[in-house]
Amino acid sequence: MTTIDPHEPAADQPPTARGRPAAEPLLPAASTGTRATRVLGIATILAMAWLVAFGLGFSPADRDQRESVRILYVHVPTIWIAYLAFVVTAVSSALYLLGRQRSLGWDRLAGASAEIGVVFVAVTLAVGAMWGRLTWGVFWQWDARLTTTALLFVTYVGYLAVRRLGGSHQQRARRSAVLGLIAVVEIPLVHFSVKLWRSLHQQPTVFDTDGDVDMDGLMLFSLLVGVVAFSLLYVWLVMHRTRAMAMEDLLEDRGLDAALAARRAEAAPAGRDA
Amino acid sequence: MSPWRIARLVAAKDLRIERRSRVVTSQVLPFAGITMVIFAFALDANQRILEQVAPGLVWLATMFSLLVLVQRSFAVETADGALDAMRVAGVDARAIYLGKAIGLGVQLLVLEVLLLAAAVILYGETIRVEGLVLLVTTLISATCGLAAVGTLYGGLAAGFKGRETLLPLLTLPAVAPVLIGATRAVEAALGTAGAVVSDGWPWVGLLIVFAVAFGVGGSLAFGPLIDE
Amino acid sequence: MSPGTPPAAPVVALVDVVAVLGAFPALAGASLRVEPGEILLLRGANGAGKTTLLRLCAGLVPVARGSGAVLGFDLATQRAEIRPLVGLLGHQNGLYADLTVGENVRFWGATVGASDEEIRAAMERLDVADRLADVPVRTLSAGQRRRTALAALVARRARLWLLDEPHAGLDAVGRDELDATLRQAAASGATIVIASHELERAGSLATRVADVVAGQVREGRP
Repeated sequence: MTTIDPHEPAADQPPTARGRPAAEPLLPAASTGTRATRVLGIATILAMAWLVAFGLGFSPADRDQRESVRILYVHVPTIWIAYLAFVVTAVSSALYLLGRQRSLGWDRLAGASAEIGVVFVAVTLAVGAMWGRLTWGVFWQWDARLTTTALLFVTYVGYLAVRRLGGSHQQRARRSAVLGLIAVVEIPLVHFSVKLWRSLHQQPTVFDTDGDVDMDGLMLFSLLVGVVAFSLLYVWLVMHRTRAMAMEDLLEDRGLDAALAARRAEAAPAGRDA
Repeated sequence: MSPWRIARLVAAKDLRIERRSRVVTSQVLPFAGITMVIFAFALDANQRILEQVAPGLVWLATMFSLLVLVQRSFAVETADGALDAMRVAGVDARAIYLGKAIGLGVQLLVLEVLLLAAAVILYGETIRVEGLVLLVTTLISATCGLAAVGTLYGGLAAGFKGRETLLPLLTLPAVAPVLIGATRAVEAALGTAGAVVSDGWPWVGLLIVFAVAFGVGGSLAFGPLIDE
Repeated sequence: MSPGTPPAAPVVALVDVVAVLGAFPALAGASLRVEPGEILLLRGANGAGKTTLLRLCAGLVPVARGSGAVLGFDLATQRAEIRPLVGLLGHQNGLYADLTVGENVRFWGATVGASDEEIRAAMERLDVADRLADVPVRTLSAGQRRRTALAALVARRARLWLLDEPHAGLDAVGRDELDATLRQAAASGATIVIASHELERAGSLATRVADVVAGQVREGRP
């Protein structure tokens, strides 16, 4: 089974022309799965099972929030992983722009990571809404963290929209890389302004509205299990997604080859009349 | 040709076009005014509430008008392929960015002043003397930030179909800090809900940081983003 | 050229260039060589790729495959250096409709630092000075707009002129004037590439002809 290396230089890289082998099948590989992803996948399932065991079973209920605190074991890791995903996007965007080669692998990594990051943020917001409803009876609060998360979500949805604007792979890559770096400038600005803003409105409540629950021992451990499990999930998803993107790009290139051949065939019988 | 001179040329060109065509004065400013009026409809013309939220409404109207202004600014360029022509001419992209941002900023500033006047008239706000310096500083620093973001994303969206919907999606989350900071600063300047003038200065600091960050980032990013 | 002089570098040298618009290969392997001082006519049906070829030479469209150089600068890595030296007149004129002819030409000239005399001279050569100088472009005819755009090209001192259907929309007088301007430009050292359907007229103007068929270029006989 052939594997796709996300860092393989894609067919449309400048400046040299690439010789194309004579007859290639239109679909590259059978799947994006490899030994590595299989191992990772199994590890992820095991970690998730571990999380379920500890999160739902072994860890104690919270003094104040009782069973609903267990949602935190999902809610907190997802937002941490989302931040990680966006940092990866920013770093690979920078690596794409700085590299002599302008390897498209970095661009695909940036895009895949952003997609998964957006999904994780959406999960965070949804789960957080559930938790808020259970704990305080409200789906949403305008605290600093939630507000920043919501803005983060929309910002990267915008990034994904720009990725779909079209053009050649290199054009998409350059545009997205620049935007990825701009998004990273936006995030601290948003974070600080929202934090400053909400600090003016500190509500005195029994529960810390920022969602930090006093955790100790087993609860903290369960949280860490959650982080591990979701990190594995993230890596597994990113690997599959980057490979799928590489295949999509390859497909487009093959499509281009086919289109080129068709266009050249147009010209051949057209003759030499001046 | 230094980039500064070219930026001045571009800004002067944009303002001259506006002076001739009067699109902003005859369409965008009335649009902004109308939003201030319909805000009152939505809030049931409750005088107490309007007075309290007036600073927020001013900046809200500014945000929406920003989108329209940016669209207009780049519609002028794409109508006859002028932006392409500038790229072909090898005009320094940073200079184009700066020039268009300045042109946009000037128009934005005029708009904001008029919106403040509308708030005074329609919502019963009063401008107190001790808050005047804060008010002016807020207007200028917020405008710089808004112009920087608007020009950057306007340039990106200008070349593509679906630009009208892409621009708000990119711009509004990015200018959220300006909305937050400028509103708080204006509240402090006007004394809304008992705010004191000194409360506003930290927010001006935030606005300045924002303007610098996007001004620098934008001038670097503009070139790659408008290029094919 | 005397036998002792080394051959001048080509103004345009493309080798099997592929350029894409989205997923479509607008240029599917174009090879072209343009020598200095030539007036080259590109013939071809609509959709053959003439416009993309011109835009590529102007440095606007990236090279997807193949290689090329314009005025000695590599198209893959040095597009920014190519652009100031090249003038492209596409289907659009690149003018600001609300400004006058004079303001437009002055703006474009000023972006390359042209002096007032050069700008004035450019406008006079294209006969858009005097009468038309203070007229808003919005009110001009297609031919007059073309001339204004060409004046901007002259004011920018472009060494390579890339003209896409320059005769379109001009009346007979306008076309004669355009031809005269182009001959004059070639005489003063500019190299001109014209994509046109006006085979007779452009044919008499051109020193050489090339056919663009389905995204490829081949030399043809006039």
